Order: sequence, then C-alpha cells, then structure tokens
Amino acid sequence: MRSTDLGFRIGIGVFAAALLLIVVAIGITLAKDSWLSLQRFGFDFWRTSDWDPVAGEFGALPFIWGTLYSSVLALAIATPVALGIAVFISELCPPMLRAPLIFLTELLAAIPSIVYGLWGIFVLVPAVRAVETGLPEGLRALPLFSGPPFGVGMLAAALILAVMVVPFTSAVAREVLKTVPMTQREAAYALGATRFEAIRAAMFYARTGILGAVMLGFGRALGETMAVTMVIGNNPQVSLSLFAPQYTMAAVIANEFTEAANALYLSALIEIGLVLFIITLLVNVMSRGLIWSMARKLPSKVAA
Amino acid sequence: MRTPAPRKILSALFVGACGLSVVLALIPLAFLLFFVLSQGIQALNLDFFLNDPRPVGETGGGMANAIVGTLMLTALAAAMAVPIGVISGVYLSEYRGSRFASAVRFAADTLNGVPSIVVGVFAYAVVVLPLGHFSTLAGGFALGVMMIPIIARTTEELLLLVPNTLREGALALGATRGRAVFTVIVPAALPGIITGVVLALARIAGETAPLLFTSFNNAFFSTSLTQPISSITVQVFTYAISPYEDWHRQAWAGALVLVAIVLICSMAARIAAARVARIRGQ
Repeated sequence: MRSTDLGFRIGIGVFAAALLLIVVAIGITLAKDSWLSLQRFGFDFWRTSDWDPVAGEFGALPFIWGTLYSSVLALAIATPVALGIAVFISELCPPMLRAPLIFLTELLAAIPSIVYGLWGIFVLVPAVRAVETGLPEGLRALPLFSGPPFGVGMLAAALILAVMVVPFTSAVAREVLKTVPMTQREAAYALGATRFEAIRAAMFYARTGILGAVMLGFGRALGETMAVTMVIGNNPQVSLSLFAPQYTMAAVIANEFTEAANALYLSALIEIGLVLFIITLLVNVMSRGLIWSMARKLPSKVAA
Repeated sequence: MRTPAPRKILSALFVGACGLSVVLALIPLAFLLFFVLSQGIQALNLDFFLNDPRPVGETGGGMANAIVGTLMLTALAAAMAVPIGVISGVYLSEYRGSRFASAVRFAADTLNGVPSIVVGVFAYAVVVLPLGHFSTLAGGFALGVMMIPIIARTTEELLLLVPNTLREGALALGATRGRAVFTVIVPAALPGIITGVVLALARIAGETAPLLFTSFNNAFFSTSLTQPISSITVQVFTYAISPYEDWHRQAWAGALVLVAIVLICSMAARIAAARVARIRGQ
C-alpha cells in the first residue's frame, strides 16, 4: 500500500470513527448523568410505581410497563398488516402498482411524529372515545376495558403506534422476501401448491428475516415519543385496561425533562433514558442479527 | 387432478387479506392527509409566514420565528452531518471488508435505531449543561447526530453502485486512492448522494423530541446560535396541547407546512432518482 493511500485511509477513518464515538459517548454520558439515581434507588427504581417528584419518590415501573404494553399491542395490530402489505407488494400486485404502493407506504414513515400526534389528539382520540362509550356494558366488566372512557389512553396510543410501525416492518419484510430464491416458489407450484401455499413456503424460508423485520418495528415502537405523548394520557399507572390513560418512558422524558427542578429528578429521568437506550439497542441488535443471518444464508443456498 | 376446493378458497382468502391490509394501512394515511390539508389550509395565510406568535386572543399571529428556527437548526445539523456522514460512507464502501468498517456500519445502524428523545437527552448532557442554557447549537447538534448515520449509510449504498471500471480507470492513470475517490467515484454518485441528503433533511426537519430540551422554544424572533430558538415542530406541539382554538388552527397550519416539506422532498427525490436511472440506462 502506498503511504499516501494509508494517509487517505486514516484521514477518512477518523470521520468514520466519529460514528463509533457517538454511540459510545451516548452510553457513557447517560450512565454518568444518571449515576445519582442509580446509586440512590438501585434496582428498586424499576420495581416501585410511586412517581412523586415533589416528595422525592421515583418509581419507574409504570413507564416501562406503558412502553412495553403499548409497543406489544401496536405490534399485534401492525405485524399482520405489515406482512400482508409486504406479501402483496412483492408477490401479488401487478408490477404497475408496485412503485406507487411503495411510495405511499414510505410516505407513512416520512410523516413527522408530531403530525401524527396532532391528528391523534383531534381526530383519533374522539373516534376512540366514541367507540369506547359505545362498547356494550357486558364487555366493560372485563379488565381489558375497565375504567372510564376518556379517549386518551392505551388504545389510542397503540393504534397510532401501529400505523407508524407498519411501514418499517413492511419495508424490511419486503426486502427479505425479495431474497427468497424464485426456485423456492417454483418448486412449490410444481408440486401443485396454491398461491397461498407457495407464498407460505417462501415466508417459511424467510422466517428469520421476517422475525427481524418484526423486531425492527418493535424497536421503533419502543422509542416513539411525540405521537404517543400526545394521546396516551400521561398518567403513571400499571393497568391492563386499554381505556386507561398511561405513560411511557419516552413520554415522561419529553414531558418532565424541562421541569426537573433538582439533580435527583433530572438524574432519574436520565436513567429512564439510559434504560430506553439499552432496550432499543438490544432489540435493534437482535433484529439486525436476524436479518443479517437471513442474508448470509442466501449465497450458500444458491451455490448448493 | 384438480386442486381440492378448500385449498383454493383458503388461497383466495389469503390474497384478499393481503390486499385488504394495503387498504387498511392507506386509510389512516388518507385520513391524515385529508385532515392536515383541510384544517391546515384554513389557517394558512400570509400572516403565518410573516408574523411572530401573538399572545392568546390576538389574531394574526404566525410562525415566522419558528420557520427561521427550523431552517437554522437543519442547516446546523447538515453542516455537521454532511461532511462526517459522506466521508464515513466513503470509508464504508472503500474498505467494506475491513473489521473497522463492520464496526462503523454496526454503529451507524445502532445510532439509527436510538430513539430521538434519547438523542435529545444526550445533546442536553453534552451541549446544554456545559453552556448552561438551551441554545440553537444544542438543537442543531441533536439533529446532526440523528442525521449522520442516515447519510453515511445512503452514501455507502450509492457508492457501491458506481461501476468498478471507473475506479480501475482512475487508478490505472496513476491516481492515488484518495484522488480516485474524490475526483471520480464520489462525483459519479453525487446526484444520488444529494438526493439522500435532501431526504435526510426532510426527515430531520420534522423531528420534535430531540429539540424539546435542547433548542427549547422562543416566543420571539431570534437568529442567535447561543439562545433558545423556536422551531415549527416544537411550536406545533405547544399549540396542539394548548386549550386555545386559534392556536389549534395554527398547529394545523404548521403541520401542513411540515407535511408539504416532506412531500415535496420525497417527490423531488423520486423524480431525481428516476432521471438518474434513465441516464444510467442509456
């Protein structure tokens, strides 16, 4: 290697190193600034559910519950739809429709979170309230539908999250389906499979990648802030009810960060940020790993 | 032998369900665009672009300060993210096999998945705390951090599309690697890279969460880098959760402006990409 080439490599490598540096710096900074809270509360922080900053009580259980519950609900709604879209675009639709449909689903991802939130407050929440009040009395006895129907709450948050997650999951699932060799489908058809059976075979072949796509959507849902903050009701409680106003980790940071009057309060909020960072990191790493192992599988199969 | 009927029915149901899911996803999109357009257009007028916010009860207020703020914040973000992002992208594509490149690629994907609110907390810790107050710089930094991985990965992908013969030609003429990259390979991919930057800018301009406690908000017109500054997104948030009718109208107008930015940028990117593809194809 010529020395100028080495110089070039090091020169641009410094810029690339900035990316590594930022990720490490985020972890270290958040850990450092949440030290006060980490030391003071230890693991109890995540086990108790009293959040009373004025009294100096910080229990973050309702936030982690709200984040996980809303994300899982959103995923339950979004996954079938996202996979349906991915299959439709990559396997079923006429080639003419493909580009416009991809554009429209990408648009769904491009619309800012704050616009979803605004729409959520003024359009979705009243609609959800109408559905909630219209629910038969018998069903209202179930824990899933208990409590007064405010409109704002878990259901509205899960619905809006689902809409926002769909484009991410479907885009990755589409890419993954594209990597399934045509021979897989042809073989299925040759054996007399129906369309559904052939696509099922292709999806089975792509199962790791599809799981990765779903995980990626999960990561997005966990960290989504504005739209959820605006419709979930911001009430720290652990409840199974879809009607109950609840709170998420991202939402409590968004709402209370500028109000955090003392060091401990701020530190507690930063600790929530740290844990959110770690959770999304793990989910994303798992998701990338799954998608990557799917992509790796391909060349060997083709060679064989 | 004929396919038994139940399997055919199942298959038809499946195809129908897939088509239905497309419709299901497009319904919210249609509703959203309809409301943003119909509500936003009523509140959008010249005052919106020319005036600063007015106190409650006074009509004719606008978002001039927030529009300038968003422009400044995105410009700062771009000034930080474009050099780092593009050059990292060059590294990723030039040395794609190396272990360091894999680590950087992994970092880029990780950073891409970090929730925007967490990036806000990070920017608060490294810029706001040392400076002692909210500032345009802090907001630009937060947005820049979010923009770097997007640009790095886009640049990498586009550089990989540049035919290897171009690189070989440059090297055969005696160019150093650096010269080959910056005078031949990057220029060949430049239209695509610019498109990628525009799309990243559009995405960044719509971010709210990282600005809430970095650039904060400002009711007055400001172009100072070291003072808090308003932005369209934070202003829409403030207005949306307020109880005032007039502010709600302005929030819709702000949302319309944001959606218009996104729409125009993605359409322009699509047209540019199609044009590039056509030139390549010839």
